[in-house]
Amino acid sequence: MSAYTSTLGGERYRFDSLARLLAAASPERSGDRLAGLAAQDARQRVAARWALADVPLTDFLTRPLIPYEDDDVTRLILDTHDPAAFAPVASMTVGELREWLLSEAADAVRLAALAPGLTPEMAAAVSKLMGNADLVAVARKVRVVTAFRSTIGLPGRLATRLQPNHPTDDPAGVAAALLDGLLLGSGDAVIGVNPATDSPKAVRDLLELLDGVIGRYAIPTQSCVLCHVTTSVDLMERGAPVDLVFQSVAGTQAANASFGVTLGLLDEAYEAALALERGTVGRNVMYFETGQGSALSAGAHHGVDQQTVEARAYAVARRYDPLLVNTVVGFIGPEYLYDGRQILRAALEDHFCGKLLGLPMGLDICYTNHADADDDDIATMLTMLGVAGASFVICTPGGDDIMLNYQSASYHDALYLREVLGLRPAPEFEAWLDAIGLLDPRGGIRQLSGTAHPLTEIATTGTAIGGTTGHATGRELAA
Amino acid sequence: MTLNQITDGQITDGQITDNQITDNQITDGQGELWASLRLRTQARIGLGRAGSALPTRHRLELQAAHAAARDAVHSPFDPDAVAARLTGTSVVRVRSAAPDRLTYLQRPDLGRRLNPVDRAHLPTGEWDVVFVVADGLSSRAVHEHAAALIRATTARLPSGTRVAPVVLAEQARVALGDDIAHAMGATAVVLLVGERPGMSAADSLGAYLTHRPVPGVTTDADRNCLSNIRPPLGLDYETAAGKLVALLARARELGRSGVALKDESGDEAVVERQP
Repeated sequence: MSAYTSTLGGERYRFDSLARLLAAASPERSGDRLAGLAAQDARQRVAARWALADVPLTDFLTRPLIPYEDDDVTRLILDTHDPAAFAPVASMTVGELREWLLSEAADAVRLAALAPGLTPEMAAAVSKLMGNADLVAVARKVRVVTAFRSTIGLPGRLATRLQPNHPTDDPAGVAAALLDGLLLGSGDAVIGVNPATDSPKAVRDLLELLDGVIGRYAIPTQSCVLCHVTTSVDLMERGAPVDLVFQSVAGTQAANASFGVTLGLLDEAYEAALALERGTVGRNVMYFETGQGSALSAGAHHGVDQQTVEARAYAVARRYDPLLVNTVVGFIGPEYLYDGRQILRAALEDHFCGKLLGLPMGLDICYTNHADADDDDIATMLTMLGVAGASFVICTPGGDDIMLNYQSASYHDALYLREVLGLRPAPEFEAWLDAIGLLDPRGGIRQLSGTAHPLTEIATTGTAIGGTTGHATGRELAA
Repeated sequence: MTLNQITDGQITDGQITDNQITDNQITDGQGELWASLRLRTQARIGLGRAGSALPTRHRLELQAAHAAARDAVHSPFDPDAVAARLTGTSVVRVRSAAPDRLTYLQRPDLGRRLNPVDRAHLPTGEWDVVFVVADGLSSRAVHEHAAALIRATTARLPSGTRVAPVVLAEQARVALGDDIAHAMGATAVVLLVGERPGMSAADSLGAYLTHRPVPGVTTDADRNCLSNIRPPLGLDYETAAGKLVALLARARELGRSGVALKDESGDEAVVERQP
């Protein structure tokens, strides 16, 4: 296998493999240092980019970063690669692909047609040659439209996931946070709860609660309780109201194994969810979360840098025509993305790569308290991702998730983003907001005044299901 | 729940109940609703609006909570302060292989290994248990709770239990206890560590029991964990000490700790959340 080389400032640089070259060309982040893959200094990083710019795209088809025999994600990528779609860029280098993507020739139609011809490694490679502004400029040209009960990804729209988590899955507590989000116009991408326990009983209680609210108020949205895929399959067999099947996925077979997931399991869940036919305006039934660092954290990165491994997870996701995919970009901690600058860069890369590969990409823009980031970083990221055309963002009450113990965007942040960029909710959801009197004449969300809104009954729904003790669900009932 | 409230221009770390979050919507007839809903969740609901944004008060409350968490992560560990609260107990100080906080946060592997110089100075002996105080992600938690928990726990140990000198470990993660216990020859290690601060608690202490740890071989599945030790709001010292002593006895009987102990004690084994 031949090495990659470049000369910079009279010094000759050599990179032994495509994986080493990609890693060295990556913008700095703590996770690549932790893995011992980062460029040794700033000049070597730029030298790697010079070399990468000259790499023919076909190298990514003939030199897999992780061997075909060892990894089912590699097999998935190569077996589903579409040569006809690839043809327009087949003779290009990575540097030429960057320039073509930025050119006027690369419009929404051509970019959509190109997606099946690009591999995740090509997308990751070109992103390493792009500045933050490039990542915004290209991503905003890409349109990926998906639908279930609402339509996600239309031009001029921004959807939100309403995330009403509660540390003990107490339905009354979830219902209270759900009401808060709906009154602030959130929830058109999905009403999605991270359960504190994966017990089927607790998950089903939450599913029934969310399904009851969506049905009772005819809300054009979908629910999801983010349990393991095997729990979803089990619950679907038993007739639970599962709209979307959720799973965390990663970019290598071994990392997926650490999540307890195989492509076969996902195939089975996908078929089962499709068969339920619960969508009204579309048939996209899957919801995936990803995030840089998960493969390294599982000791399953095969010497590939964390951004490239992340992009490989999108190959897994796109096999299932998902309704929603989001990177949870700052959740994993400062050993992978140290500060607001690194988290922002990763957010832009993940969104760009996901969109380029044809995914309905959204983001959980977030940070933990041991990362060097704060709510100003959330505002910066949110604004850039809004300009980049993110399909949806995750929103929590006050930006503080009391179950997962991290900070994300708030319902208010989404109001801000829609206001400053003139973005509107998903069309079906917008019409519903109007019908229940929450839409103001300018398209924003009305501030309630005077009497209580009829939606406030949602909070009583939670009480009825949760019982008087409030905690009589989840662990106790499952035990 | 602890919220850092701003009172008369000063930030105080006061204990409040949820419905004390002052309501900005009282004027629009929604105040009572949110006050009652806040009894069901600590989520920051019904905050009201200033245009699209948060009202000033709620924005500053969030900043105050984040500030307390950030300060807990970055305040230097003060081993002398902990030693002073352990009068009559011999202590040993060690550092991990992470030289400073910045490195510690980015290199968890270094926080799990002993600094070679300090390893050479560790005493060895036939000890049943060694207590390790590790700063972890909140030095505030160990300053406030570690010494009291060690005193409460040692007082409950069966007579004749051979307890090693307490090890005070700087820039330390949970697995550093494996390295320490192994180097000292202790059968079990109880490592007290400052947990990652959340927005409602920056002083939460965790206790990890590991029986016969082997560095690099022992995994988190081999540990038992008590979390959220922070009286008066979280677990109190006497209750935590009782659980630790029971776990130590059970681990000794079974010859192992971790998931095997979980079912019988009712305590949580260590579970790492998927990213």
